[in-house]
Amino acid sequence: MLIATAIGIAVNRDLLSVVMLSSIYGLLSANFFVTMDAVDVAFTEAAVGAGISPLLMFTTMAIVGRYEKLPHRWSLSALVLVSITGALLLVATMDMPAFGAPDAPAQQHVAPRYIEQSGQEVGIPNIVTSVLATYRGFDTFGEVTVIFTAGVGVLSLLMVGDRATKPLSSHLLKASQHKILRIVSKVLIAPILLFALYVQFHGDYGPGGGFQSGVIFAAAIIVYTMLFGLDSARQVIDQAWVRVMAAVGVLLYGAVGVVSMVNGGNFLDYDVLAKDPLHGQHYGIIVIELGVGITVAAVMVLIYFSFAGRLVDRGHQDD
Amino acid sequence: MTDMLLTHYNYWVVMVLMMIGFYIVIAQGNLVKKLVGLNIFQTSVFILYISAGKVSGGSAPILDDAISVYSNPLPHVLILTAIVVGIATTALGLALIIRLREAYGSAEEKDIQEQNQC
Amino acid sequence: METYELLSAVLLAAGSFLLLSGGIGVLRFPDVYSRMHAAGITDTLGACLILLALMLLAGFSLVLLKLMMILAFLLITGPTSSHALGKAAWKAGVKPLTGKSLQR
Repeated sequence: MLIATAIGIAVNRDLLSVVMLSSIYGLLSANFFVTMDAVDVAFTEAAVGAGISPLLMFTTMAIVGRYEKLPHRWSLSALVLVSITGALLLVATMDMPAFGAPDAPAQQHVAPRYIEQSGQEVGIPNIVTSVLATYRGFDTFGEVTVIFTAGVGVLSLLMVGDRATKPLSSHLLKASQHKILRIVSKVLIAPILLFALYVQFHGDYGPGGGFQSGVIFAAAIIVYTMLFGLDSARQVIDQAWVRVMAAVGVLLYGAVGVVSMVNGGNFLDYDVLAKDPLHGQHYGIIVIELGVGITVAAVMVLIYFSFAGRLVDRGHQDD
Repeated sequence: MTDMLLTHYNYWVVMVLMMIGFYIVIAQGNLVKKLVGLNIFQTSVFILYISAGKVSGGSAPILDDAISVYSNPLPHVLILTAIVVGIATTALGLALIIRLREAYGSAEEKDIQEQNQC
Repeated sequence: METYELLSAVLLAAGSFLLLSGGIGVLRFPDVYSRMHAAGITDTLGACLILLALMLLAGFSLVLLKLMMILAFLLITGPTSSHALGKAAWKAGVKPLTGKSLQR
């Protein structure tokens, strides 16, 4: 089914259906991840690949144009190149271990240690969160910084120049005729925010954690923005505040590392944060997940605000 | 041969998906579609890693006294990071497309190249 | 208990049948509005039936509470999204297929 969806994306000229198909593709992959026992990954992929990603693509489409202009010509050289690469890769996979084999090299060495020892060393049930936050804390720090950098990049691309300060025609952004949608969204936004908080703090015990909750939080705010207009959304959540919050998340993460160093351990070594290592790990993990969630939510909201601020009145052109 | 197919089919599916994504990136003219193709490529790599980490008969890597065999948690962590970085690059790419559209008037690769050469 | 499992199996089968028929309806119906009719109603009801079946299997536990919340969320958002689709189609100028246009 994934292959059928991918081929559908390749062949379609209508960008609207391309984006919907890519959202379906994301959802199908999330399903696949669940069957592979990767629940955290499935959660994130569903939120990101089937939620935020198509949303941003739709916003881009509203600015860029709905149809692919040129007729689709199958490029022979590209097909040949792709087939040769594909054949080489297939030959390379002959040596790889069988699907699901318990004695594959990927399952030895490091993974059993995490599975067996994380219970005593870190003490939280979700092994993925403990690996993400403690054993591989540096990588997660880098990831938060990457998200922050992407937010800065989008801001620098889209919020400069005279386009940013021109006021937008209000009929584009208000949806005052959509009464049913407004009422339903008013009912739904509060539970969505609550769910985001639940996912944030429950990441230790089940699937969840900072990234997923940040994305869900941002989704609630984006729903509000879409239905009530960019101006009122900017009044509710001041844009300067959001930028500060994006930086605060990264700083929080780094601060935990510095506090660990001040207390005598290494950078991002949570054992020294409290009286005994287990509590120290718990505090450290909660604080950095909070930092991650704050940054992800703030950056997603910033990106959407920047995109929406560029909406142009295309009228009835159909390029 | 069929035995190889049965045990390795997950890699083959991933390769096909990867090639479709690759083709979209190099052969399609519209920039937004290229980005979607890149997304397909990235997701196929995720599927590769996650399927390589699965242990038959295992369960999700959440510690529970009743379960003894877990699937490998390490690929999950790596892919979690990869998904988030993927969306960061997609957002940045879409912002670039918006600016390109405003600068050149179109979101097609050919038009932009023609205007650049003049 | 046997009756619980039998009932949940019946609900699961009914839900899947509804979803399948909704999918076939989307493919076969002639215009946007009747397709939405097929998709919206059957999707929401089918998903709710499947959730009810899972709730019967779950027993009294935390999972039951989560499933109930998902059910409430689906009941609210399913019809809303159909409404949003219909409104968008109407605004875009798509006219429904009436009897007159079918007669040739």
